[in-house]
Amino acid sequence: MSHTHIRRSTRPVTMPRLAMIVVAAAAAVSLTACSGAAGASTSASSLSLAEKQKAADAAAFGGMDGLVAAANAEGQLNVITLPPSWANYGKIIAGFQKKYPGIKINSANPNGSSADEVAAAKSQKGQSTAPDVFDLGTAVLGQNLDLMAAYKVANWNDLPADFKDPAGKWYYDYTGLMSIGYDSKQITTAPTSVEDLLGSQYKGKVAIKGDPTQANEAASAVYWADLQSGGTADDVQPGIDFFGKLKKAGNFLSVLPTQATVNSGETPVVIQWSYNNLAWGAQGGSAGNPNWKTVVLPGTALGSYYNQAINVDAPHPAAARLWEEYLYSPEVQNLYLASGAYPATLQAMISNKTVDQSVLDSVGEPPKNFVQLTPEQATTAASLLSSKWASAVG
Amino acid sequence: MTATASGVAAHIGSGAGTHGSRRRSAGWLGFSPFALYVLLFLAIPTVYAVGSGFFTKDGAFTFANLAAFANPTIIGDFVSSFWVSAVVALLGAVLGAVVCYALMGTKPDGVLRTIVDSASSVLAQFGGIMLAFAFIALMGIQGVLSLFLKQTFGVDINTLSPNGPLLYQVAGLVFPYLYFSVPLMVLTFMPAMEGMRQQWAEAAATLGASRATYWRRVALPILAPAFWGSTVLLFANAFSSFATAAALIDQGGIVPLAIKQQLTSETVVGVSNTAGVLALGMIVVMVAVMALYTALQRRARRWQR
Repeated sequence: MSHTHIRRSTRPVTMPRLAMIVVAAAAAVSLTACSGAAGASTSASSLSLAEKQKAADAAAFGGMDGLVAAANAEGQLNVITLPPSWANYGKIIAGFQKKYPGIKINSANPNGSSADEVAAAKSQKGQSTAPDVFDLGTAVLGQNLDLMAAYKVANWNDLPADFKDPAGKWYYDYTGLMSIGYDSKQITTAPTSVEDLLGSQYKGKVAIKGDPTQANEAASAVYWADLQSGGTADDVQPGIDFFGKLKKAGNFLSVLPTQATVNSGETPVVIQWSYNNLAWGAQGGSAGNPNWKTVVLPGTALGSYYNQAINVDAPHPAAARLWEEYLYSPEVQNLYLASGAYPATLQAMISNKTVDQSVLDSVGEPPKNFVQLTPEQATTAASLLSSKWASAVG
Repeated sequence: MTATASGVAAHIGSGAGTHGSRRRSAGWLGFSPFALYVLLFLAIPTVYAVGSGFFTKDGAFTFANLAAFANPTIIGDFVSSFWVSAVVALLGAVLGAVVCYALMGTKPDGVLRTIVDSASSVLAQFGGIMLAFAFIALMGIQGVLSLFLKQTFGVDINTLSPNGPLLYQVAGLVFPYLYFSVPLMVLTFMPAMEGMRQQWAEAAATLGASRATYWRRVALPILAPAFWGSTVLLFANAFSSFATAAALIDQGGIVPLAIKQQLTSETVVGVSNTAGVLALGMIVVMVAVMALYTALQRRARRWQR
């Protein structure tokens, strides 16, 4: 659209002066950057950047105090794709800033996908802006293990064995359950089965969080529909068929639902993670929709743990490791729980009594067994989606 | 960008012809920051993006990604992108030309024309998510206009199409796209309209031509190349739009969304190189369209001296 400016003649800029300003600004920036880096390597920690990037636990820094000192000396932490309204990340980030005021969090691309995280780590490798930590879906994780540094948080043993990589390259952080969010002003009786969504009162009302061939959360909605309509995790065709029927009935909306479309009543029914539906309702405070209700249907539930991991080339390796220690502390695990997400150390917290009982009571214990697709099942499901999805809803 | 570059190049070329070689070297010096800018932010990224289509994710050279062009979904996306852009271009061009014609009746430096001119500059750039939400608020299911039509005339515009709500399908993109296309047409077509000389109409009238004959035999042939040139520009503009569509039809249906899907997918992993060949496909269409535009501009310029 730049063509439109052709006719408008612009005033000539005197190049030498502009060039001088640019050079001066660049020099100032790089000088301050240098002094920051120098301070980091000399003051608090005697570890080199490479040594910090290889540190596999807090002991490598001489314990938690050493880790905090090293992270403070770095002064920055780059996180990526953490939307403030997703699983309480707004509060979690604010809590970190309050606890460690010396470390500034740079939150990049909050609405990006897991694939964006990996792309950023690769394209910004070696730069100070590269992401330090990841919050990844399982499909993307499996393909990129060479990007992850091994690290074990202090309460590593609180994580069940099948929730973590034995080497410490990745570890589950939280899962939601697939749920139906609905505007109780438009949908007066709560849906009790997935078949209900095919009814005429749902005409032009049901949306999912993106294109399932692109977004994990949308794909999970299809897998959920598959399980709910009697399919198995090995073959998600029934889920695709369900959305085909939903489309045919005129009930499926292709618009991307957001807090704004939920508030205006444009997308009265959204299938997404329970913690996101909860965040868009009364829990969202003044930004939320007070009439927004969340239901997790009886029958087979679907969850999907996201994974924490540290970038092997993290520009702020100590801060990255401190962030993981912070995330797995009971304080933050309870914050995940308060959003409606189930944190990975929940069982240990229940037996240690470190869980916030009132929060657990209001969220409800997770179903004893929910289905989570294995990496192989996810790969099979994804290739089925990429060949069948477009024609089912096109 | 192509138009900008050729415009600048043409200007420098004519300057050099009249003032000798010393002036030519000074001209190139002035041009070089812009050339560098185009190289860094247009040429190199384009080569890089398209080039990625010819490699596997492990970095080996391959033609295998071209198989995407045999995928019926991708073919459908190209067809949809093409016809949506064509409809937007034609409708936008006609509506914009009518606005230009109406403006010819106002004083060239009058308030009305100045306002329309500057409003067009702003609105032609108004796109993206903001525009998508503006249209959801206007003609979505709960939109102001939708509800007004429903309550006043009993017409529900969102039940007219068998494919669901009007705005949330590929055809629905025509509405938001027209919003920035009409002002763009006003901007690009107005100079041609302003170039029409009063004397031509008078001369035709002196020779006995009626008003209709003047328009049919004189004005329209003169304006045609500029009109079609602007139409092609609108086409290119709509063809490459992305963010508005991403909010309205998130399930895909046009090429830019297919590229987004391939590039950022977290479910179907390892297909990001396919995005490169889709970009190549778009560039082929755009180059054809821009070549047409340049050819038409060359004809149009004959009459604008």
